[in-house]
Amino acid sequence: MGPRWSQMIEEPEGHFFALTREPIDGRELAARLVRGEDGAVVTFEGVARSHSQGRRTLALEYDCYEPMAIQMMARLGREIAVAHAIGRVGLVHRLGRVEIGEASVVIVATAAHRGAAFAACREGIDRLKRLVPIWKKEYFEDGAVWVEGAWDAAVVKG
Amino acid sequence: MKVRVLFFGVTREITGLREECVELAEGARAGELLDLYKRRFPRLEAMGRSLALGVNQEFGERERVLKENDEVALLPPVSGG
Repeated sequence: MGPRWSQMIEEPEGHFFALTREPIDGRELAARLVRGEDGAVVTFEGVARSHSQGRRTLALEYDCYEPMAIQMMARLGREIAVAHAIGRVGLVHRLGRVEIGEASVVIVATAAHRGAAFAACREGIDRLKRLVPIWKKEYFEDGAVWVEGAWDAAVVKG
Repeated sequence: MKVRVLFFGVTREITGLREECVELAEGARAGELLDLYKRRFPRLEAMGRSLALGVNQEFGERERVLKENDEVALLPPVSGG
């Protein structure tokens, strides 16, 4: 078994960012982040789905520009933590082959109160999907395609 | 000068390249490098402005002047999550 994290950044404040080729343990990530003063821990797991636009999906595969992606995740996480005044944030994305039902991404936000933790978690996944250089390939029974996503408008403005 | 060019997802599929080094004139801009690849691989042209550029692991404007040993990435529209 290789190293657990392909890339990893742990901030002095406790925020945690990582890329991994192994299954992500959301409960372990939440336990790593939660502090005594937190009253809320919100975890979002993005999971590989068995169908895509009416076709049966067999598995997913993720490609990534790792050194850029981990820096973007850390920047995004810090911004979200400040904007929502939450305690800690964790962003972990899986790379390589992901089986149906497995988590491809896990986001955890901890805060004194649930409102901020929910909002931070939601913003985390929404912005990650448009800013972090990661690409998904869907494997079908009769072939495979790279999913055409979209950049945040600010990235491709000029 | 030499720069290193990286490809991901569909740009890797279109070019058949994972990475390569190219020789450019001093003062060349990131957009000119992209145009070179669009001429070489017309399917990249069809992607239009949906392609983003990375220069040394940050987003790079097309007007960005490149330097020796820069790392330039051709980044298709992202689909993580």
